[in-house]
Amino acid sequence: MEILEEKKNKNRRYEPILEKIPDWPVYLLSKQRKSFIEEVAEKTVDRIVTTKPGKKAILDELESTALKEQNRLKRNRWRVDPKDEPKFWSDVKAKTTALSTDGNDDPEQARALLKTVVHRYANEIAGDFRPSYYRLAREITEFWFARLLNGARIKKFGAFFRSQYTLRDKIHVVGKVRMLRKLASKGTIIIVPTHFSNIDSMLIGWVIHSLGLPAFIYGAGLNLFNIKIFAYFMNSLGAYKVDRRKKNAPYLETLKMYSNLAIQKGAHSLFFPGGTRSRSGMIEKQLKLGLLGTAVEAQRHIYSEQSENPRKIFIVPVTLNYHFVLEAPDLIEDYLQSKGQDRYFPEKEKYGSLELLKFIYKFSTTGSSISVSIGRALDVLGNYVDEEGNSLDSKKQIIQARDYFVSNGKITEDPQRDNEYTRLLSTKIVGEYHRINRVFGSHLVAFIAFVMFQRMHPKLDLFGLLRLPEEDFEIPYDQFRETFKKVRKEIYNLKEKNKINYASHLKGEVEEVIRRGIDNVGIFHLKRPLLRNKAGNIVTQDLNLLYYYHNRLVGYDLERYI
Amino acid sequence: MSDTSDKPVGVIGAGNFGTVIANMLAEGKPVLLYTRDPEKAAQMQSERLCRNIPLHDRIKITSSLQEVGEKCDVIFPIVPSSGFRNLMRELSPFLKPYHLLIHGTKGLDLQLPTGKSVESMRYLDRTMVKTMSEVIREESVVVRVGCLAGPNLSRELSEKQPGATVIASPFQEVIQTGRRLLKSDRFQVYENNDLIGVEFAGILKNVIAIAAGALHGLGYGENAKGLLISRGAVEMVYLGRALGGSTKAFLGVAGIGDLVATCNSPSSRNFTVGNRLAKGENLQEILSSMDEVAEGVNTVKIARKCAEFYKVRALITETVYKVLFEQLTVQDAVSYLMRYPLSLDIDFLDH
Repeated sequence: MEILEEKKNKNRRYEPILEKIPDWPVYLLSKQRKSFIEEVAEKTVDRIVTTKPGKKAILDELESTALKEQNRLKRNRWRVDPKDEPKFWSDVKAKTTALSTDGNDDPEQARALLKTVVHRYANEIAGDFRPSYYRLAREITEFWFARLLNGARIKKFGAFFRSQYTLRDKIHVVGKVRMLRKLASKGTIIIVPTHFSNIDSMLIGWVIHSLGLPAFIYGAGLNLFNIKIFAYFMNSLGAYKVDRRKKNAPYLETLKMYSNLAIQKGAHSLFFPGGTRSRSGMIEKQLKLGLLGTAVEAQRHIYSEQSENPRKIFIVPVTLNYHFVLEAPDLIEDYLQSKGQDRYFPEKEKYGSLELLKFIYKFSTTGSSISVSIGRALDVLGNYVDEEGNSLDSKKQIIQARDYFVSNGKITEDPQRDNEYTRLLSTKIVGEYHRINRVFGSHLVAFIAFVMFQRMHPKLDLFGLLRLPEEDFEIPYDQFRETFKKVRKEIYNLKEKNKINYASHLKGEVEEVIRRGIDNVGIFHLKRPLLRNKAGNIVTQDLNLLYYYHNRLVGYDLERYI
Repeated sequence: MSDTSDKPVGVIGAGNFGTVIANMLAEGKPVLLYTRDPEKAAQMQSERLCRNIPLHDRIKITSSLQEVGEKCDVIFPIVPSSGFRNLMRELSPFLKPYHLLIHGTKGLDLQLPTGKSVESMRYLDRTMVKTMSEVIREESVVVRVGCLAGPNLSRELSEKQPGATVIASPFQEVIQTGRRLLKSDRFQVYENNDLIGVEFAGILKNVIAIAAGALHGLGYGENAKGLLISRGAVEMVYLGRALGGSTKAFLGVAGIGDLVATCNSPSSRNFTVGNRLAKGENLQEILSSMDEVAEGVNTVKIARKCAEFYKVRALITETVYKVLFEQLTVQDAVSYLMRYPLSLDIDFLDH
């Protein structure tokens, strides 16, 4: 199998911007873990009580929370869940009942009970960053990645112990790297990547480290902590835990407050604003506004409390581009099942530690490269900023982002306005994703082939099409090649207009690009999304998967050229 | 959110509606009213009269956009849609993110490749057709934007008759500020958070108003008008939804309310256009004899092209277009509409 090579990789090692770990915001945060949790809990309770004043409202909230939690314990328990949970929640319920019948109106005891609940949540959410763990985890990752790469690429046993190839040859970081490094020492960075695979967080963690940035805090799904090897890495890399099973208001408020306060204290953060992995394989169109909103809120707080040199928050969109997504078959199945019904589907974790190691081995021993595009930094309103961190308007004039929070000459608190700003920011991020998305040859062949298949059956809707047997689909190669040329040209045009980006390998002799694209798309799946048959024509073994990889280029209106 | 500042409120555009709004605002706040021509400004300032409407004592006339930008936090731009984008470009250097803008212009902005006209375009879609709030967002750093809509016939308002307006904005802050500035014993302010929908309701109703004027000009009575208004409302809903509004926006004060008011009002400019057409005048004569813009004439062209692109059946819009630009007589237009095979009354409430 031919390996797809990028143009000579310019990646280099970057010096750390902060020399010692004790200077890192995430370290400072974990050193003061106890007092920080206390602060989170206190402010969360304040907030809940402002929106739900009075003893009865608090007790109602507690009662419904306890019921939801008991329900979760009954139906959906995980390995990471603490053993004392059932007792804790039945206590809360009992106390709630006692308080609501004691015939006095003083909300103080109800508030105290709420505080214990919120405190417990804050404690569960909080990350535990330890420098020694961090160093070890980093070294293990680096060491093994490097060994595996060398062992596989240089076909001699002894090569296993050399480090001729490194991870940097495999992962291509492109885009506004210098800007990111510069801004990281001027303000607080929030990286918001697209989310396609469970390995995204490890990948981003590696990228952050290799760019010389201090560790970021990030919200990782609690389900990932079920897998021990992940739990170890995440704990050491500054992750805090997000439990998507818990939908009750006190939990969500605690989570948002945790993120909000950590950002205010200058901890660089990472959110996957899509909330969960893209099921369809499409670039996220709708973002979850909850965590993103904490960035807007934190910025407003900073402006209202620091009049001199307020610390600015920078949002950095990032896209991750793969030829192959390990979980693609399950993701697309989920997507197809749920489409149109909009219901929640529980996460199925089929991948234990062993599967992941296998994947990492496969990934590193073959040529499937990954590219990471770093976008231009934005302020919390979605305006571009310059390298000094100044917000710019559409004519590149410097504007004061602080003024967005001003009415009648002073900074005012207006949650509805914050929400609206968050919505604007999310629209901007989605636009940036599409702009910095780096088209791979494999994405393009998948896109074109699927649309051509669709055109062969114009009367069928998506589900009708997917039900047809795979043998029914075949595209004459010449026809495919001509279409490919046309669409590739349009991608060049879009790039001129700054609406998309593509990997350097997309240029080049068309036959070669197609061949490599087909070889690489979904490279390790049992059933390949695209192949050429004996006659040289384009066929598929798995239409669902082809649909998944095709989706990556949906939203650019490229169908018009096919 | 108490407003203690005594900063003046800005109004840009001293047409009928702009002047009336300036007068209403001046009841509670000092007002800076902008008009482009410095000579006219000086004259208005000394005569205290604008389009024969007496100006409130608290209104100061200016011809400097810089002054408006620097002195006012809240600005009401009320100029015809054809000049709106240029105005915003001139105003933009003086605008900051703390400004709030509430516009009162019920028309569309059109950006075409050079040398093209609406007629010569193969199609029109929403990347070329913009509402005024979108123009504000594109041309300035101001985010907190809203619009005034609803039945606001300038003459009635200036006579201090009871009335109401809708302020639409995704920002509660904008709505509440506008409400505080405008609300009075005889003027009610409703709120709506579907800015785009409310803008389109105000814009599209002008087309129906032309048709209503035409029916009136032919001497038809209330049955015909009832039919037109209800079918017109349905058409507005479909077209408005295709263009990005919600059904709700069209059923409220800014939609039905404005539609009914305008379709019954000889003082409405768009109604007048239809009325005089039916009486046999031609469009050029009518437009050149009017002192203010009838937005509906321009809207018809754009709405028709958009309806085509978004595959919405817009029978009334289509027919008004033919009357205005393709020499179809009003009489023939009516008989064409009456013969058209339609039966279903309303089906947009089901989904």
